[in-house]
Amino acid sequence: MRRLLAHPLCWPLATLALLLLANGLFNPGFLALQIRDGHLYGNLVDIANRAAPLALVSMGMTLVIAVRGIDISVGAVLAIAATVAAWTITQLQSSGAGDGLLPLFAACGAALGVAALCGLWNGMLVVKVGVQPIVATLILMVAGRGLAQLISDGQILTIYYAPYAYLGNGYLLGLPFALFVVGAVFLILKLLLNRTALGLFVRAIGDNPVAAHMSGVRARAITPALYMFCGLSAGMAGLLVSSNMASADANNAGQLFELDAILAVSLGGTALAGGRFSLAGTLVGALIIQTLTTTIYSIGVPPQVNLVVKATLVLAVLLLQAPHFRGQMQSLLRPARGSRA
Amino acid sequence: MSAVVLQAENLCKRFGATQALDGAGLVLRAGEVHALMGQNGAGKSTLIRLLTGAETPDAGRILLDGRLIAPATPLEAQREGISTVYQEVNLCPNLSVAENLYAGRYPRRRGTGLIDHARVRDGASRMLAELHLEIDVERPLGSYPVALQQMVAIARALGVSARVLILDEPTSSLDHHEVRELFALMRRLRERGLAILFVTHFLDQVYAVADRITVLRNGALVGEFPTAELSQTQLVTAMVGREVASVAAREPRAVVERDAQVVVEARGLGRRGALFPVDLDIHTGEVLGLGGLLGSGRTELARLLFGLDRADSGQIHVAGEAVDLRHPADAVAHGFALCPEERKTEGIFAGLGVRENIVLALQARGGWWRSLPKERQQALVREFVKLLDIRLADIETPVGALSGGNQQKVVLARWLATAPRLLILDEPTRGIDIAARQEIMAEILRLARQGMAVLFICTELEELTRLCGRIAILRDRHKVGELPAGSEGWQVLELIAGEK
Repeated sequence: MRRLLAHPLCWPLATLALLLLANGLFNPGFLALQIRDGHLYGNLVDIANRAAPLALVSMGMTLVIAVRGIDISVGAVLAIAATVAAWTITQLQSSGAGDGLLPLFAACGAALGVAALCGLWNGMLVVKVGVQPIVATLILMVAGRGLAQLISDGQILTIYYAPYAYLGNGYLLGLPFALFVVGAVFLILKLLLNRTALGLFVRAIGDNPVAAHMSGVRARAITPALYMFCGLSAGMAGLLVSSNMASADANNAGQLFELDAILAVSLGGTALAGGRFSLAGTLVGALIIQTLTTTIYSIGVPPQVNLVVKATLVLAVLLLQAPHFRGQMQSLLRPARGSRA
Repeated sequence: MSAVVLQAENLCKRFGATQALDGAGLVLRAGEVHALMGQNGAGKSTLIRLLTGAETPDAGRILLDGRLIAPATPLEAQREGISTVYQEVNLCPNLSVAENLYAGRYPRRRGTGLIDHARVRDGASRMLAELHLEIDVERPLGSYPVALQQMVAIARALGVSARVLILDEPTSSLDHHEVRELFALMRRLRERGLAILFVTHFLDQVYAVADRITVLRNGALVGEFPTAELSQTQLVTAMVGREVASVAAREPRAVVERDAQVVVEARGLGRRGALFPVDLDIHTGEVLGLGGLLGSGRTELARLLFGLDRADSGQIHVAGEAVDLRHPADAVAHGFALCPEERKTEGIFAGLGVRENIVLALQARGGWWRSLPKERQQALVREFVKLLDIRLADIETPVGALSGGNQQKVVLARWLATAPRLLILDEPTRGIDIAARQEIMAEILRLARQGMAVLFICTELEELTRLCGRIAILRDRHKVGELPAGSEGWQVLELIAGEK
C-alpha cells in the first residue's frame, strides 16, 4: 500500500477518479457509455477526445520543462499551424488541385513543418543565443499570432474540404481518431525515451546541466530537438483544432493554451525545476483539466463565474497533490484522532 | 577543567531505513576547540543538525549550561547561543559585507523605519575589527576570497551572543595560508571563553588546533580524548574501528615504467586569463601529480585538457595524434575522464539514482541511440558498488541521499566505467573521510598499474608526494617546474612558494 501511495502516478490518478466520481454522483448518467452507429459514445469519450489537443501540447511541454526550459509560445504555434493548414487547402482548391487526398497531406506536411521550425527557432534562441527560455518563447508567443494573421490576411479561414474533417471528427475502430494520434505520439515518445538513452540524457540535463555537460552529454544538440518536438506537438494540436472547427482563427485558436499545458505538466507530477518527468502523468493532467472544464459546463455554472470556479478547483487539485500540504493536513488530523481514542 | 557549556547525551535519530545516530553524545567546555571526528556516515552532520535545531532528536537530551534545551529551528538554537557556520558559505555574495552581517536584523532609523546605513556600516566594521579583520565593509562579499567570506560568516554567527560556535568543515576550500589565519582566529575566540566545535576531515588540522577530540562511529559515540594523548594512528583506528592506518605507508608509488608510452602530450597549451602556455607529458601507468596553491591554474589546466574551455594556444596530442577538443564529449571519446573538484555542482545528479549516475558517461560516449541493456547496466553498477565499497540501500537510491564520500565514489565509478586511458582527478579526496580516501586511492593506483594514466591534482603535499610519480608544479598560472619521482614534501613546497 505504501509503495502504491509513493508511486508518482498515484495522486494524479486519484484526483482524476475523484473528479469523475463526483460528476457521476451529481449526474447519474455521466459515466455511462454506449455504442451508437458502431461508435463509442459518452461523456468519458468526449472528455478524452476534447483533451487530445491539450494532451499533445502538454507532452511536448513536459520534455521542455524536464530540461529546465519552458515554452509559452505553444498557443501561438498552434494558431500558426492551424492557419497554415487552412491556407494550404484554400490555395490548392483555388488553383484547381483541390480533389483527392493531396490537400490533406500537403496541409498536414506544411503545418507540421512550419510548427517544427517554430520550435527549432525557440530552441536555437535558448541554446545558441542563451536567452532565458521564458523570454525566448515570449517572442514567438507575441509575434506568432501576428505571423498567423499575415498568412490568413486577418480573416478567419473556413475549410470546405471533407477529408480534412476526419482528423478532428472522424472515428477509427469506434473511437475518435484524435485519441489514436495522442496514443501514437505517446508510444513513440515512450519508445524513444526508454529504449534509447534519450530519457536518461533528458533527466541528467534537467537535474544538473553542468554535470551533464562535464559527463559528455551533448545538451546543445538535445535541447533544441526537444523544443522542436514541442513546436511539432503544438502543430499537431493545431491540425486537430482546425479540423474539428473546420476553420482556422489566427487570433483565438489555442488562446492561453500554454498555461493549460504547463498546468497539465505540473498536475501530472513533473517538477517545474526540471529533472524527473512523467509523460503518463501529463496525460492524466490534461484529462483532469478537460474534466474540470466539462464539469463546469455540465453542472451549469453561469459563464461569468466560470473562470473563478475553475481556478478554485485547480487550486484544490494542486493542494491535494502537494506533499507538503498533505503532510500538514495529516498532522492536523492526527491529534484529533488521538483525543477521541 | 573549565566549565561545561554544552552537553549532549544519548542522541538517536533515524531517517527512513537508516539509523543515522544511535547513542551519540559530546561535551563542550568553555574556552576549548573541540574536534568532532568520524568517517562519512558516522553521524557528524546529523549530530550538528540536532544541536542547531535543524532536526529534532528521536531520543536523548541536550543541556546548555545544565539547562535542558530542545531547539526546534536554527533560529531558536541561535537565540540559545549556539551558532553555526556551514561548509558552504551561506551568505549573499552580491550584498555588501556589512549588509550580510546585518541581513535580517537591520537597525532601523527611529521615526521613519528606514534602514540606518551608517549604523550598519560602523557596526559591521566593529564586528570585524574584533576578529582583527580590517576590510572595506561596503564592497560586495563576493569580491573577497572564500577564506574572508568564511570569516565574515563567523563574524555574523558571533554577532548574537554566542556561547557555542560550530564550524562545519570550514577549511575544505581554503589553502594553507588561509587555514593558518582561520586557526589564529579560532584561538582568539577560544581565549574569549567560547566553546568551538570543529568538524573536519584533515587529521593534521585537528592536531594543530584542537584541545579535545570526540570520535563517532556508525552513529554512536566512541569516546572523548585529549588531543595530546591520542596519536594519529590511535585516532584513525578509533574512527575506522580497524587498523588501516598502516595501509597508507605501504601504498606503492606509481612510477613510470621504462616501456611506458606518452598518452597525452600538451605543448604550449594555454588560454588567456586562465593559464600561461604549459608543456606536459603524461605516460601510461603513471600518476602525475599537479601541485600548486588554489587558483594557481591547476583546475584551468584540467579544463583545457578535458575540452571544457577552449585553448587559445598550443596543441594536445593523444597517442601521437593531434586532437581538437571542443566539448567534453570529444575528450571522453579519446578516453579522457575528469572527476571535478566541485562534487555537488559539477559531479553528481542528486535527483537521479545511483545506477543512472554511474552509467551516464559510458552511455554518453556510446551515443543516444543505442541504450545499454538494463541487465548490463545493473551488472556494471553492482561491480563498481562492490569495487569501491559504495554504501547504499538500492542501486536506484537518489545520489543526493548518500553521504559525501559515497557521492564521490559514484562520480569516480561513472568514469572508471568508461575504462579511461587518462583519468584527471581534481582534488578527489576533498571532504572525504580517511577510509574512503584510501579505498579510492588504492583503486586508482591499482588501475594505474594496469596502464591507466592519472593526472592527480591535490593541495595536500603529503598525499601528493606519497601517491604520485613525477610532480608538476604550477604557480600564478605558470608551470614553474617538475619534480622527479621520490621527491619530498619540502621540495614541492619550495617550488610552490617560489623560495628557491
